Amino acid sequence: MVSVSEVSRPIGIARSRRSFLRRTLGRQEFWRGCVAIVVFLILWEIGSRSGEWFGYTLPYVGLLPPPSDVAVAWSKVLMKWGYWESWYQSFKRVLTGFIAAQIIGIPFGLMLAVNKYFRDIFFPPFEVLRPIPPLAWVPASLIFWPTNEMSIAFVTFLGAFFTIVINVLGGARTIDVRYLRAVQSMGASQWDLFWRIILPGTLPSIFTGAAVGMGITWEVVVAAEMISGGGTQGGGGLGFFIWNSYMGGSLPQIVVGMISIGIAGYLSSTVIRMIGRSAMPWRKLF
Amino acid sequence: MHRQLNNTDQPASVASLAGSTASQASVEIKGVCKSYGEEWEQQDVIKDLTLDILPGKLTVVVGPSGCGKSTLVNLIAGFERPDRGEILLNGRRVTGPSKDRMVVFQETALIPWQTTYQNVVFGPKLRGDIKGKALYQRAHELLTKVGLQDFMDKYPLQLSGGMQRRAELARALINQPQIMIMDEPFRGLDAMSRGLMQEFFLRLFEENRHTNLYVTSEIEEAIFLADRLVVLSNRPAQLRTVIDIDLPRPRHYQVLSSPEAFEYKRAAMEILHQEAMRSFRPSATGRLPGRP
Repeated sequence: MVSVSEVSRPIGIARSRRSFLRRTLGRQEFWRGCVAIVVFLILWEIGSRSGEWFGYTLPYVGLLPPPSDVAVAWSKVLMKWGYWESWYQSFKRVLTGFIAAQIIGIPFGLMLAVNKYFRDIFFPPFEVLRPIPPLAWVPASLIFWPTNEMSIAFVTFLGAFFTIVINVLGGARTIDVRYLRAVQSMGASQWDLFWRIILPGTLPSIFTGAAVGMGITWEVVVAAEMISGGGTQGGGGLGFFIWNSYMGGSLPQIVVGMISIGIAGYLSSTVIRMIGRSAMPWRKLF
Repeated sequence: MHRQLNNTDQPASVASLAGSTASQASVEIKGVCKSYGEEWEQQDVIKDLTLDILPGKLTVVVGPSGCGKSTLVNLIAGFERPDRGEILLNGRRVTGPSKDRMVVFQETALIPWQTTYQNVVFGPKLRGDIKGKALYQRAHELLTKVGLQDFMDKYPLQLSGGMQRRAELARALINQPQIMIMDEPFRGLDAMSRGLMQEFFLRLFEENRHTNLYVTSEIEEAIFLADRLVVLSNRPAQLRTVIDIDLPRPRHYQVLSSPEAFEYKRAAMEILHQEAMRSFRPSATGRLPGRP
């Protein structure tokens, strides 16, 4: 008689039954993070107000607007239409460039991975263009594209495109050959190999590429908005919001713009992570 | 979780599931050569290998590590072509992978993004040769046979090492292969699960007597399982000897402590030791021998 005693590893399934909020509030990590942010804000406040409070202005930190001033400035712009318009404009540009980069980049990367001739032809020019920083494209694209808006979208697209392609290519090329062989033995066609093995096997890399690419699009969009001037006051986006505040000499408002971009980027990558988790249920188990 | 694996009151045996005609398959390997590398520095991996894999027998191939056993598996499975010579399955030349020759890979090759059940039904679903309820029933029977009926909806990474191997056995068996090719299937398991899996695999084999090729680098495992023990030379792999292992079946682990088993082991060890020692000598080109 053979009796096998084995236990499947307990994996956080019971945990997911509790609500997201209670889960978050019940975690030590969450509170540690909160404390860290509060301590950081207090130190910043003390540093910025050092001249006012102790009569000695600390170097560098003393020049920053204190967080309380930033909060006041923020509460003022929150009421203004232009601030939200900036959010909308930047998000629109990021999404346009990002989605275009996904739509073109994922098939392009997969083609590079599965077809040798395609790779021989397109990989060398791709590798020459890849090291060019997206911002180096700004002047050329301002000339090339008819509108400012299109140039910004194009530069944003470039920011995400190269990262996405490299990730997809790498991911698809490192799929374990045993998976391909196993299903080939079972009678899989090239079509089956692609849809059932290569594509799902590349998903983790697609989402890594998306997360990194999203970060780059935010960097690029803000810089592009500053350079191109972004059009009218309202339609400038968050990058132009910062530039405008700088020109207007409003230090706290610069910081408001910076933190807004931080929040926008964080929201974007959270959404990508959430989509990634639901698209790859098997990955929760790692 | 405790589960009796060879449930005697289990009505459906794997033999009946997998069909009885398949067990008559034989494989002939005729003068096969295979080398890798560019033309100017070719490395022979298999050199002029001739070997018969007899129908209904469990043929175990042993050889020093890196001798080209996995290459042999790839050639028989059809993942690669021999440079010279030919491989025949029931007299027909092997030209590519097919469900006639299912491979159970080293470590495991279960597809991580599919549940145990999805992995098992992958082949039949792809080809559409078993459908709907019949497919579910067959998969369920096989998974029950390997003791995984409660883990059908788990992903491979949620299973222990031993469970993964059993799921992979089920995934191969459902395709009703003419020959099962096992490439060091239980490598990487701890000694305990490994022993249990060997016994489990042996029960399956003794029940259905499928033609089976089992590749390993462990001599004890080889003698415990084999009807015929094929000893390969150091790289490039050549046939050193074939030993018929005449131990009674059904076998139990105690058989390894019998004097006969000991004698087989001594004989095989002697040859393997010579071969293993040879692999420590620098090769003719001055490079250290490595894995393929």
